[in-house]
Order: sequence, then structure tokens, then C-alpha cells
Amino acid sequence: MITLDCLGQKCPLPVIALAKQIRNIGIGEVIRVLADDPAAANDIPAWCRMKEQEYLGSPEAKAFEVRRIS
Amino acid sequence: MGVPAGAAAYLDAATAAPLHPVAAEALVAALADGWADPSRLYAASRRAQQLSEAARAAFAEALGVRVDEVSLWSSGTQAAQAAVLGGLAGRRRQGDTLVHSAIEHSAVLHAAAKGQAIEVGVDQLGRLDLEAWDAAVRTTGVALASLISASHEVGTVQPVAAAAGYCAEAGVPLHVDAAQSIGRHPVPPGWSMLSASAHKWGGPPGVGVLVVRKGVRWISPYPQDDLYRPGATGALDLPAVVGAAAGLRAVLTEERAEAERLSALVDRIRERVAATVPDVEVVGDPDDRLPHLVTFSCLYVDGEALLHALDREGFAVSSGSSCTASTLRPSHVLEAMGVLSHGNVRVSLHRGTTSEEVERFLSVLPGVIEKIRKEAGM
Repeated sequence: MITLDCLGQKCPLPVIALAKQIRNIGIGEVIRVLADDPAAANDIPAWCRMKEQEYLGSPEAKAFEVRRIS
Repeated sequence: MGVPAGAAAYLDAATAAPLHPVAAEALVAALADGWADPSRLYAASRRAQQLSEAARAAFAEALGVRVDEVSLWSSGTQAAQAAVLGGLAGRRRQGDTLVHSAIEHSAVLHAAAKGQAIEVGVDQLGRLDLEAWDAAVRTTGVALASLISASHEVGTVQPVAAAAGYCAEAGVPLHVDAAQSIGRHPVPPGWSMLSASAHKWGGPPGVGVLVVRKGVRWISPYPQDDLYRPGATGALDLPAVVGAAAGLRAVLTEERAEAERLSALVDRIRERVAATVPDVEVVGDPDDRLPHLVTFSCLYVDGEALLHALDREGFAVSSGSSCTASTLRPSHVLEAMGVLSHGNVRVSLHRGTTSEEVERFLSVLPGVIEKIRKEAGM
């Protein structure tokens, strides 16, 4: 699993990093995004919904997991 | 900043609508007598009192309530907070808990944070979860409920009549924050208290209106002489009050025609933004909404950069993105709906908004967004 360290980055940088990085993984693989911007917890799931990717949830504080499904 | 690239278009009426000409005229006329304190026993005071009484009567008629149910405050925020805090104080024996939606204006949320509160969620369109509302108002210890008439951020009209019905069954008074609806969209009856803000309908800033229906127990949360009679704690800006009342009367006579005209422009914005901007989410209910307000969020776009870029093009709009907020948190309304919060723009129209302005906005917007995305490497 790839981990994307976006700690300290303001919105929308973590989502931009996620969108760029997801092209580099295979379908079915998972990315973990580390982000502490308060908008990330809202905008990462919203991005998944808009771009038809699967949001797996937040396994711990400031961490969000996304599976590439399209 | 320099000179805008096009003729300036003010598209942020939901923050403050430009002064209605009737309001401006009444305000100026009231300056001659409105400076005096209306509560003294001399001729100048009596003239001010006449102005004050006429304004109150106009508010009562416009809102369909009794004159003694109308109180005036120094802002819509003050009126809403007086409703919540005074309503809770008046029902202390029944309980101490406020029920409110997750999408209330921060004025109500700040008042709610003073004590116990139950927050009720909304769906992805921003509409109140009525089942959860019903359960919440029936909870032991609930003293008051507060619901916004329509979302000030996304425009979705709330099921006020149904929510009021559940409150009535539970014996809980309901405050409706109607700041965005008055003069724009009818508010159904059934509420115990209603607050509004003059600069949202084209009245001057600095005037809030609170209606407390007869039989609703209200106790002032502020130190003042008569704790049972709602009213501002200090001197009111009487010329502004007169302007606000005259403005409301004028706005109500135009309400239906303006709602139809602006709603068609909002439909056009909703359709064209979705069609011409990639990776955009137009949020809020497309049909059951305020006539003058539309909100959308653009992926990969910094909200602050977008507002500045639009300002350079001559467009005044607002945003619920965290980078544009004093708190640096995303809008609680967008969060409660679970929709994208960055790259967010709220466009709100008024009686001066023209079709040409909207057209120019729609032709400029896609290029502005594309440029910001390119700069971010998207």
C-alpha cells in the first residue's frame, strides 16, 4: 500500500496529490493519505464519490484510505 | 488589485443585498426626526416615537403578526440569538436543551454552544432529517428547537411546516431563522418565534427583527429593565429601522415576480456550470430551493484563489471553503451534507442582477477555473 504524506498541506493540496497518485496504482490497490487539514476528512470521501473510487474510511486520526476501482 | 476586467457585478446578496431604493429613500427621510430617543417626553421624542410605531406596524403587517409581537434588534444575528437564548431562559423549568439542525447559521450555533444541544443532520441535498428531528424534539429536557427556513449556504428549503408539526406534538416551541427567506420565499406558519435580518432583503445593515408569538414564554438573556419584553438593550438606529420596514414592504410587493426572474437565472447557472466546468458539483436541492442562491464546488481549486480571480474579473461572490473562513475550517453546512468543500462558490442574486451579468459570469468562469487548475498541475 502506498502512503501519501500530505501532513501540513492545506486544502485542496491533499486531494490534488491523491488524484495524481491514483493513476500510478493498479485497480484494486489502496492508497493511504495522511492529511491534517480539517477539510480532508470531508473532501477525500467527496472526491471518491465524484471520481468513482472507493473510500475505505479513516483507520486512525489524520489517515484516510482509498481503493482504486475505476 | 487594480481595475476589474469587466463591469463589476455584485453576486453576494445572501451576505448583504444592495439597498432597495425605497429603503434608501425612507432612511434618508427618517434622518430628520429619527435621531431623537423615542422614549422621552418632549416633541422631538414624540416625532421619533411616531416613526418607530409606524415602522413596527409596517413590520407586523408585512409579516402577518401583531404589532406587540414584533421586536427590533441591532442585527439579524442579535435577533436570532435573542430568540434562542430568551426562548431557552423562558422554558428553564421544562429543560435546558436546544434542538437544532446541523446547517444553522453560526449565529444560532454560537448561541447553542452556550448550553446543552442536540444536533439533527441533513441529507446530501441539505434537507433536514425529519425522523431524527421528531425523535430529538421528543427527548426529555428539550426546551426549544431552532431551524433555518432555507440554507443560507446552499439554498435548500427546509421542511418547516413538518418540523413545526413535530414540535407542536412534543410541546416544544420552534424558532425559525428566516433571514434568507423573508422577501424571497414564503415561510409556512406553525413557528413560535421568527427572526430576520434587514440587509438580506435590501434594507440597511444593523436591523434585526424578532417575532415572538403571544403565549410564548421569553425571558431576556441580557440585563435590561423589562425582562419579559423582547427588544434591543440599547438605542436602535431608528432611521435604519424605518428604511428596513419600507424596504420590506416594497420587496414583498415584488417578491413573486423577482423570485420567478431570479430562479430562472439560477437554473441557467446550475445547468451551464455543470455543462461547462469539468469536475464540478452543483450542490443543494435543484428544485425546492431559494430563488436567488446557487452553490457549487470545483475539484482541485483553492477557494481563496478562485474568489480573488473572480474579484479581478469584477465578480463579488462568497465561499464556504476553509481557506476563505476566519476559522480556517470548511463550512459546517457542506460538511453536514458530505459534499466537496474546497473550490466552493456561492452566487446569490438580487433585484439589480441582470441576465447580462449572469451571462458574463458564465462565460468567464470556466477559463478562471481552468487557469487555477493548471497552476496546481491538474
